[in-house]
Amino acid sequence: MAVCIAVIAKENYPLYIRSVPTQGELKFHYTVHTSLDVVEEKISGVGKALADQRELYLGLLYPTEDYKVYGYVTNSKVKFVIVVDSSNTSLRDNEIRSMFRKLHNSFTDVMCNPFYNPGDTIQSKAFDSIVSTMMVQAC
Amino acid sequence: MEPHEEKPIIYTMENKPIVTCAGDQNLFTALYGSLTQQLPREPMEWRRSYGRAPKMIYLEANFVQFKEELLPKEGNKALLTFPFLHIYWTDCCDTEAYKASVKEDMQRWQAALRLHGSVDWLIVVVESDNKKKNKTNILPRTSIVDKIRNDFCNKQSDRCVALSDPLKESSRSQESWSSFLTKLRTLLLMSFTKNLGRFEDEMRTLREKRTEPGWSFCDYFMVQEELAFVFEMLQQFEDALVQYDELDALFTQYVLNFGAGDGANWLGSFCQPVRSWNGLLLRRPIDMEKRDLIQKGEASLLDLRSYLFSRQCTLLIFLQRPWEVTARALELLHNCVQELRLLEVSVVSGALDCWVFLSCLEVLHRIEGCCDRSQLEANSSHTVGLWTYATEKLRSLGDLCGLVSENGPNSEDLNKTVDLLAGLGAERPETANSPQSPYKKLKEALSSVEAFEKHYLELSHAAMEMYRAIGRLRSARLVGKSLAEYYMRKGDPLSAENFLLDSLKSYVSESWSLPLTHTRKQIAECQKQLQKMEEYLQTSALLASDTNLSDEERRHFCQEILTFASQTAEGKGQQKDARVALSMSSFTRLQELRFRPSSALVHVSAALQLELRLCSLMPVPVTLEQISASIHFTQEQPGSTAQKRAAQNPDGTVTFPAASPATASASALELCEILEHSPSESALSSAGVACRNMHLLLRRNDSAASLDTPNTALTALAPEDGAQMLRARDVTLLPGNNSIVFTAPSQKPGVYTLRQLCATLGRVQFILPHLYPVVQYEVYSQEPQLSIQPLTEHLLAGLPQQVKFTILTGHYSVKKGDALQLSNTDSMPVLHSSTCSARILSSCAELVAESALSVQSSEKVTSISLPVTPPYHTLEFLLDVLCHIPSSPARMESERLTNGQISHRTRSRTRFNSGMTVIDQKVSVDCPWSIYSTLVSLTFHVPFKVKHSLLSAGRRKFIQVCLQNVSDTNFRLTNQTLTENQHTPSLELLSLNTKTHSLVISQQCVFSVWELRWSDVSPVSLHCVFSAAFAPADAPDAALKPYRYDFTLERVSTLLSVWAEIRPAVGEQLCRTGSLCRLEVSLTRLSEPSDSDEEYSDADGLRTTRLLYEVIDNNSNWAVCGKSSGVVSMPVAAMATHKVHMEVMPLFAGHLPFPNIRVFKYLPHHSSPVIPPDTDSCLENDSLSLLDKTLEDQAETASLRSRGSVQSLGSGESAQPRGPMPKRQAFGPGQVFNGTQGQQVLVLPSADHHLMEVNVT
Repeated sequence: MAVCIAVIAKENYPLYIRSVPTQGELKFHYTVHTSLDVVEEKISGVGKALADQRELYLGLLYPTEDYKVYGYVTNSKVKFVIVVDSSNTSLRDNEIRSMFRKLHNSFTDVMCNPFYNPGDTIQSKAFDSIVSTMMVQAC
Repeated sequence: MEPHEEKPIIYTMENKPIVTCAGDQNLFTALYGSLTQQLPREPMEWRRSYGRAPKMIYLEANFVQFKEELLPKEGNKALLTFPFLHIYWTDCCDTEAYKASVKEDMQRWQAALRLHGSVDWLIVVVESDNKKKNKTNILPRTSIVDKIRNDFCNKQSDRCVALSDPLKESSRSQESWSSFLTKLRTLLLMSFTKNLGRFEDEMRTLREKRTEPGWSFCDYFMVQEELAFVFEMLQQFEDALVQYDELDALFTQYVLNFGAGDGANWLGSFCQPVRSWNGLLLRRPIDMEKRDLIQKGEASLLDLRSYLFSRQCTLLIFLQRPWEVTARALELLHNCVQELRLLEVSVVSGALDCWVFLSCLEVLHRIEGCCDRSQLEANSSHTVGLWTYATEKLRSLGDLCGLVSENGPNSEDLNKTVDLLAGLGAERPETANSPQSPYKKLKEALSSVEAFEKHYLELSHAAMEMYRAIGRLRSARLVGKSLAEYYMRKGDPLSAENFLLDSLKSYVSESWSLPLTHTRKQIAECQKQLQKMEEYLQTSALLASDTNLSDEERRHFCQEILTFASQTAEGKGQQKDARVALSMSSFTRLQELRFRPSSALVHVSAALQLELRLCSLMPVPVTLEQISASIHFTQEQPGSTAQKRAAQNPDGTVTFPAASPATASASALELCEILEHSPSESALSSAGVACRNMHLLLRRNDSAASLDTPNTALTALAPEDGAQMLRARDVTLLPGNNSIVFTAPSQKPGVYTLRQLCATLGRVQFILPHLYPVVQYEVYSQEPQLSIQPLTEHLLAGLPQQVKFTILTGHYSVKKGDALQLSNTDSMPVLHSSTCSARILSSCAELVAESALSVQSSEKVTSISLPVTPPYHTLEFLLDVLCHIPSSPARMESERLTNGQISHRTRSRTRFNSGMTVIDQKVSVDCPWSIYSTLVSLTFHVPFKVKHSLLSAGRRKFIQVCLQNVSDTNFRLTNQTLTENQHTPSLELLSLNTKTHSLVISQQCVFSVWELRWSDVSPVSLHCVFSAAFAPADAPDAALKPYRYDFTLERVSTLLSVWAEIRPAVGEQLCRTGSLCRLEVSLTRLSEPSDSDEEYSDADGLRTTRLLYEVIDNNSNWAVCGKSSGVVSMPVAAMATHKVHMEVMPLFAGHLPFPNIRVFKYLPHHSSPVIPPDTDSCLENDSLSLLDKTLEDQAETASLRSRGSVQSLGSGESAQPRGPMPKRQAFGPGQVFNGTQGQQVLVLPSADHHLMEVNVT
């Protein structure tokens, strides 16, 4: 399961970022922020080559020694980033995809909330609990 | 024949499939050259088992002399040395020779093959013409081939081919060559397919046994690698790579399973402690040392991985996919680190770092070796990961070995370094000569602090530059940040600062708060070391307000500011500018500004307070010496800035927008409405909507620049020196919300705009350069004003009415003795009451005082002495006024006022919509503040409308007065009396009214009737006065006010009476519709007319007057047959009667009213004044109005009317078109009495009608 899940606005500021409490939160912020480089690279690459292809999943953004960072971008250019522990090898691509899909659905629900102001940080409890199900349970 | 003798070397990639040659060696040697040349010339399609895609393959072969030892023994799995095809060469064309030796040799060869189960063989019979020529008696050439086929190839005739004249350049020779080569290729491929297929099956079987105890991965590795070698030999690198990838995946799976607790025994050998970490070796095609280790089962995990990767790398480079190498390398390195962790292999700390570092560089070197520079640059996105990884590893090695500190390594660090270097072993021979080998680099870097720095900086900069080149700015900045951390560790804050500020930019522009705080903390440290006080304080302020930090840290940074602020400027002599200006945004957040009074609009020198609500972001209470706001003053007319102050709410508050991450980049449209009034009149000339922050929204949005938005905090924070300031001294700001009250200056009228906010704290000033939204207040100066307003909707004339006097004092202060002088008028006296009091209101409509008002009235002037009132207050009082109702709606003379002005004080006009008569009263007021009089107009409404009418009954006369209440009030009416003005003694007015009191409801009428009696001569003209007293219905009797109505009656007495009679036709009882009836009109003179009334004419000695009668029926009940009008002469004697007969026909049945009979005076044409008769106007208009009119515009009408309109004058009498015409004149209203008015006659329907139409009127 994920160790860090982040939702990043179109303008690249974080809308939501949560990581497992056992590890340094700051480190994940740095990691996710840096991953935006690759996200942007992939988005612009997709824009040129596969403009009409509606693939939102960006795949593995970059691996580090300890983590694997996966990316996903919605049509409104909101980015989802999931960081997975490298040692967690049981996760397949499909599982990551389904995590992103779940995240996207929950995010859509948040956006549908008339009391949510698009662009604000996400404070929805429902979204939080969905994220919790995808996170590594710190025991 | 050397190559044939050589034992094949499998270490080089020049391996080719082995083909053995038996038979005539000399023959083969002669053909060898062209054979090896021609074999790979054409590709063959290789169809493969297991559904793998067919491939075109160029075949080559290593032709080896046949020996029995070459044939694989049972159980030997070696594929590389496996002979795929055996060829027997012979050029025998002689049956004898064949039978004698060749056949035997062949049989031996075949037996050997059969012994080893090899079925891949071919017999080549070379035919040459030379031989045929020599031996002419030989059998036809086919016979030898046939014989061989017969002998050996039972059912397999294709195993024997004939090659004719191979050394000749003839077409036949070429043909035979090509068919031979095709055959050769086909057979080779068949052999491959068969043998490899068998091999693969065996390999799979072996793999399936992996769960059995005793299975060894290393053994299996060797088997599958054999297959990979063969594919590589066949130039099928893709397939070869697949073999390695399968091995890789298999191994990985085992490691993972081990991690999951399912350990295989053989894996134990890989779990041995890592003793050597000399990195990947990619410069050899096959690293035989490692391969041997694997073969022996002694390889460590790193050995296996290294070997595997080196093979994959080699194949990938063969496949021209160097960038896959880098990607795989990174994955491999990460993976190895993870696997060692998973397998809990003991590793010397730093050893893996060494291994990774060396490996990264080795891969990079390998890639550089096979690509040119431009290619490398274009693909730096593939290599930059390795560069960064190497940098990171070197850095951690430096940390480990004490190379990243100010003091250099200590002995413990040195010991570690020695251990690490020992694990590297000796440099490999391949790289020994290269000065930049990874091995040398690492050794050098670990050798000294300086060398480490050199290599580390080199790597870091290389990585950063690559990141920048491919646009990964965030990654570049992260590398830069770790470089900055390195510099800070080295005690070099100057070099660190730029890197830190650079990376801060991206976090600021993208609002990543945690990294922002972290980086800012590092910057604070850096700036403190650099003694950049201003920047340090600014950073400290930001950090002190940063909620991401712990309370303790925040307090620390806040204390830093406070400590600095409390230091005296003298203590730090070197600083000229003693004050340090910081941005206020880090210190406090403005929330709201509230004006008191809320309108933000006050008069000169009035009190205006501003309450500023702000949120202190500091963790501790801060006592400020002062907070000031500079003010910009413009002498504008108040009111003109109304739309500028749109940001101010109606309740006088200005809300400052809260800074949110979204506003930084995507701000919402700020729209405001714009209304333009044309200057001359107040009419609206244009209206529109404008966007106020257009300059922000329409700015070019550069995605690259978004990371580089400048840090606005430190630009131009100079305190403004405004002449006017809002000040609050000694304010203590508690953490959280605070409220500060300022008193705003308001000495001069104009617009005051708040510009800059400045909080002073010792030597530190916090400055907010611009207040946004714009905060303004206005100060105005006003002239005193007087207005008089009615209290009710309408002021009613004739009754005391209250009016409200309102004095806006403006800048004038009412002193003791100031008085209003009202000029009195007779028509509107001011009534004074003793209980008159004035209310004094402040400018915001609060009651300040109430004081009595003394009103003194002299003959001409009413003087109201005003109480003392301060400026910009409102003075209100009520006065009763009474407007007399003019007795008749006649014009009043203009009167001279006391002050010599002529005022048209009263004028009545009728307002038709309300039906009320209106009296405008102008009051002239002298105010103490002005030398001019103020004219105030008051409009009074007359509550009644009165009509009178004269009614006749034969000779008797009645006067009816109708009084209509047109106001909205109900009135009580008493004492209605009617008097005659001249008091003629013979005249008597007899009241027929029963009630003296009556209630007149709004919009209702009251009628009163008097009988007029006279004893002797009838009066010609009567001047009557109707008078009554009225009061509102609920008022007491004392409030009764008189009402008077004057009118004049002329020609009162009755001159003529008209009687009519309708009789049915002769023989009929009653009138019937459709039948003619007789109408008899009798005119009787009742009294002799006065001289002025009629004109006499003397005919036959008898004085007569001529009368015009007319019978018309406006209701179309009757049809007048024959003459309907005529002129009769009436004798001027009382009771003279004239009868006129005519015929009329009823058109309807029922009680029909009589047709109208009218009588006019008939004036012959010669009489003067000449007025042409106008049938319409004369018939329908009142005689009085006609008379008036004729007097006024006599000449004009005459000329107009004379213009040939056809007049009917009497029946059949045509009017004269030219010349003077006779004229008719109506009698006065009481002069003719119609006795039959209102009478009806019964008309029956005609007998023969089925339908009866009854008209009831």
